[in-house]
Amino acid sequence: MKRILVGIKRVVDANVRIRVKPDGSGVITDGVKMAINPFDEIALEEALRIKERGGAEEVIVTTVGPADCQQQLRTALAMGADRALHVQADGVIEPLTVARALLKLIEREQPLLIILGKQAIDDDNGQTGQVLAALWNRPQATYASKLELSGETARVTREVDAGLETIEIDLPAVITTDLRLNEPRYVKLPDIMKAKKKPLDTLTFAALGIEPRQQLKLVRFEPPPQRQKGIRVKDAAELVDALRKKGLL
Amino acid sequence: MSARILIVAEHDGKKLNPSTAKCVTCARSLAGAEVTVAVLAAEVAAVATQAAQLAGVDRVLTVENPANLHPLAAVFAPQIVALAGPFNLLLGPSTTFGKDLMARVAGLLEAPQVSDIMAIESPTRFRRPIYAGNAILTVESGGDGKVVGTVRIASFEGAADGGSAPIEKAAVSVPLPTHTRFISVSAAKSDRPDLQTAARVISGGRALGSAEGFKILYSLADRMGAAVGASRAAVDAGYAPNEMQVGQTGKIIAPELYVAVGISGAIQHLTGIKDARTIVAINKDGEAPIFEVADFGLVGDLFQIIPEIERLIS
Repeated sequence: MKRILVGIKRVVDANVRIRVKPDGSGVITDGVKMAINPFDEIALEEALRIKERGGAEEVIVTTVGPADCQQQLRTALAMGADRALHVQADGVIEPLTVARALLKLIEREQPLLIILGKQAIDDDNGQTGQVLAALWNRPQATYASKLELSGETARVTREVDAGLETIEIDLPAVITTDLRLNEPRYVKLPDIMKAKKKPLDTLTFAALGIEPRQQLKLVRFEPPPQRQKGIRVKDAAELVDALRKKGLL
Repeated sequence: MSARILIVAEHDGKKLNPSTAKCVTCARSLAGAEVTVAVLAAEVAAVATQAAQLAGVDRVLTVENPANLHPLAAVFAPQIVALAGPFNLLLGPSTTFGKDLMARVAGLLEAPQVSDIMAIESPTRFRRPIYAGNAILTVESGGDGKVVGTVRIASFEGAADGGSAPIEKAAVSVPLPTHTRFISVSAAKSDRPDLQTAARVISGGRALGSAEGFKILYSLADRMGAAVGASRAAVDAGYAPNEMQVGQTGKIIAPELYVAVGISGAIQHLTGIKDARTIVAINKDGEAPIFEVADFGLVGDLFQIIPEIERLIS
């Protein structure tokens, strides 16, 4: 069966203003709205569209994280994923550990594609897709803004600093999504009800044969330095004068 | 412990990208570091010469191979791993090139990666922004084994010329994958300065109203020798191409002068400009969040103000 595996992450909602804990041990997440990482939502949307076009038969959504992540897996099922795999784990989970877990799932499910967001908006690491592709020894197409499948290969347009790059990759492969790949659909209420009946299996690192390892110690969290508030100028002439005085024009 | 640092050069086959000089400054901020720059290319000579001229570079290693004509991460990564033996810190720029490549290198080595390094405190201790720059995290690696990193180029000045490092050919014979093939790259040709390294940048937001509306910015930018950027809203609306996007999900920049025109200042945009030396905001809404970070704010109609500024400086 042609399958697509989509990795998602539960993160603090993009609209929440982040505050660092006074003791520097992390950021405040208690009582804060959580959501699917926006780039991962795009990954799921792309998988669903490929399935709807007949390019795949099953979309599996997965995440690695604590029990609460099941809320985001249910949302993903409501969006249209067929089933969910939850690798339940607590504490700091580094990209290498997530990639190892995903590789085990790939071995089980034999997907044609695995699609992930290009980065999570909490730790902003942007590593998991590439690390997975390295461990798997398969192609990676990061920052995808267009994805066309044809048989054994895919053509991917990537958003790079210079503009748009197109590469061709053999399948199976890892894709990571950029903003302009698609616009994720809204979840409808009947789909939320239906999603409750879809299969959601829980796994552990032990069951997958993985030993999580934390290689980077998180020493201290700090708020960023604030910029000084500036002055208002009344018109273009005053602005040009001020910039000239600073030697900027 | 002294740091032996390998920097992966970014280039287009002819010219070294300024991001590499910024990585050199980052590496040099560690006292006593040994800094080697690796140049992988189909023809290495021109780029290797430029890398050797950067002050603070101790050695340039070259890997010449027709397979290195385009910077495909899957092709470059095993070669970087083959060079990695003597080094304890492997750095690349936090550009799309470096982010794509270095994490694959980290995966092959099963080493930790520190993304977007804004400061190196020791060979094992780094500072980096998280949550779109709304928090700064200090991380520390165990100390044994290699660490891979990407360097947040907005945090560092580029190393100057004036060096004369020896250039050595590296013998790398590892199998390279053929599963990933370059097809094409399309980039808007522009005579304006590069957005990521320009000293002056003018960016437009959705208030410009159309691609046509952006023309007044291009005109002023050319008068000032500035690069032109755009907010995510303007790019999403189709007023400007994606490579012009400034912000957390686009380009993170640190020019001497940043002029935000008709940009309200969403958090993700502010993240991309907070290291700019001087920020100017021009917006008709005096309550826009961009004014919170602006050194100079001007409330008014941009379609009158921008041509007026151009006239005043002509």
